[in-house]
Amino acid sequence: MSLVYTLASRNLFQDRLRFIASLTGIVFSVVLVMVQLGLYFGFNRMLTMIIDHAPTDLWVVSRETKYFEDLSLLDSKMRERLLAIDGVADAAPVLAGFSVWMLPEGGMTSVFMVASDLASGGLPVWNVVDGDPRSLLEQGAVAIDRSYAARLGVSGVGATAQIRGQPVVVGAITESIRSFTTTPYVFSDIAGARSYLGLPANYTTHFLVRLKPGADLEHARQNILAAVPAIQALTPAEFSEQSRSFWLLRTGAGAALVAGAILAVIVGTVSVAQTLYSSTKEHLYEFATLRAMGASNTYIYKVIICQALIDTIIGLTIAGLIGIAIVRMTATSVIQIVLTPNLVMTLFGLTLLMGIVSALASIVRVVRVDPAIVLTR
Amino acid sequence: MTAPVIEAANVSKVYGSGPARVEALRDVNLTVRTGELTVLIGPSGSGKTTLLSILGCMLAPSAGVARVCGDSIVGVRAEQLATIRRRHIGFVFQSYHLFSTLTAAENVQLALDVRGESGPKAVTKAEEMLAGVGLSSKFNSFPRQLSGGEQQRVAIARAIVADPSIVLADEPTAALDSANGHAIMTILSAIAKQRDRAVLVVTHDARLFGFADRIIHIEDGLLTREEPCNTDLANAAAKGGSTRFAVA
Repeated sequence: MSLVYTLASRNLFQDRLRFIASLTGIVFSVVLVMVQLGLYFGFNRMLTMIIDHAPTDLWVVSRETKYFEDLSLLDSKMRERLLAIDGVADAAPVLAGFSVWMLPEGGMTSVFMVASDLASGGLPVWNVVDGDPRSLLEQGAVAIDRSYAARLGVSGVGATAQIRGQPVVVGAITESIRSFTTTPYVFSDIAGARSYLGLPANYTTHFLVRLKPGADLEHARQNILAAVPAIQALTPAEFSEQSRSFWLLRTGAGAALVAGAILAVIVGTVSVAQTLYSSTKEHLYEFATLRAMGASNTYIYKVIICQALIDTIIGLTIAGLIGIAIVRMTATSVIQIVLTPNLVMTLFGLTLLMGIVSALASIVRVVRVDPAIVLTR
Repeated sequence: MTAPVIEAANVSKVYGSGPARVEALRDVNLTVRTGELTVLIGPSGSGKTTLLSILGCMLAPSAGVARVCGDSIVGVRAEQLATIRRRHIGFVFQSYHLFSTLTAAENVQLALDVRGESGPKAVTKAEEMLAGVGLSSKFNSFPRQLSGGEQQRVAIARAIVADPSIVLADEPTAALDSANGHAIMTILSAIAKQRDRAVLVVTHDARLFGFADRIIHIEDGLLTREEPCNTDLANAAAKGGSTRFAVA
């Protein structure tokens, strides 16, 4: 085995305080990048969670609607017009909107109602961990997410409460159905939702349009747009993309998260670079000796890059463990941090790249060193 | 006739320009042959280090031609000079320049590692070299655990482990007491004799003359004179005479 690793690791570990300081910088940087990107992906997932879980071919929404929670009312009679279009098998209305949840000890909190005609294959609730999703077929039954239970003063299935003065009973508890607005989603039947939202029967907010088997989606979409004015007919993928681009690009929320991640990468790179440079300066005569001994530039690059990689890999491992702990801690909270295998691989690659980039200053310094200095000292 | 390892013809070196111009070397002509221990002696500022830097392929001359084992070092790129050093030259420095984080054996092994030789054979070779300079019990000692004389022996083992054609030693005894200095010069002398190799020692210490096959004086950048070997002194040195290293 070459001495490159031995020399690199011992140079690195020789000054333990400096090594720990560097490691702290890397861990801080990687955890920050992980959290920022994890939040970004979590935010992404939360943004389109309901859209992605709807069993539909097309979402029909108002022309002004940019995302699921961006509410514009549609006439309920539109359903008959949709059903009359060639290729359309069903059009289930979905009703969404903000309402007020009365807390048991008094006081109120906002909730976001999501309701559909479950009997006609509307938007079923998913990830049910307690209770029965079929209970929502009955008026007055609601489903809430476990992460919001305490906030809504709900002890579990069977707990009662009031929404806009109407009594409700919790029929099902879900997991990980969280809203990016932090306002809790409350699922209910559509008739109940009308009274919780104070909306007359002739209004809805979305339609889930399912096509007949073999029907051409594009053809059906054109027919829908031709038959019904002032609407959009979007596939779930298109609606998701529209929601994401609005929130992440047009509001600046995504830019803030990505900017945070970029800053974290810069902090990490500077931290490793500073440590390496200081270590390189301390061992400058040793590097000059290596050059005097005839070591090639490649050999010297290997020593410095190996030092950087050891530093970053140890930092990455510690940061990874912290990241796993953070993900577990936030698993049931309202903030969702998502670490996908792809994100982990990206972070690994990014950290290694950070190590290599941080070695550049040291490499430039060593390559410029005159080997003859070993003769003058 | 032994083969020339280093040849310098009309080598000059100038630093700076205008009023700051310094002629460090002037028309130096020198040949170093295998089987010889050549001592280059001169006072501080005489140009010894500059000449050693040029002969060690670390500095380009301003004029003249220098060759190491037939390879010209004039107009050659830094990476090619490193290749020449790697192939033909071993260095022994005044301050040893051992790697503080490596053991004695690893320091010697490093000279092989930079040449692409690693693994158990390199370890064995490094340990054999250390044993050859009397450090069989110090393989795993770090430089800070070794005396100055022991560190210089490690440096010598490192210089010769890759079997270079020439060993360039820069003031190898300057940091040592007389006994250790004598021991180091005995080893260097033996290296020059036992192998098909040349040793060039740069010093300002006249006490090393006894080990020399040739003594070359340098002053103000000029090689002023060459003296033949003092056989009596050399014999005394070879027998381990220590009077020349007695502390004044």
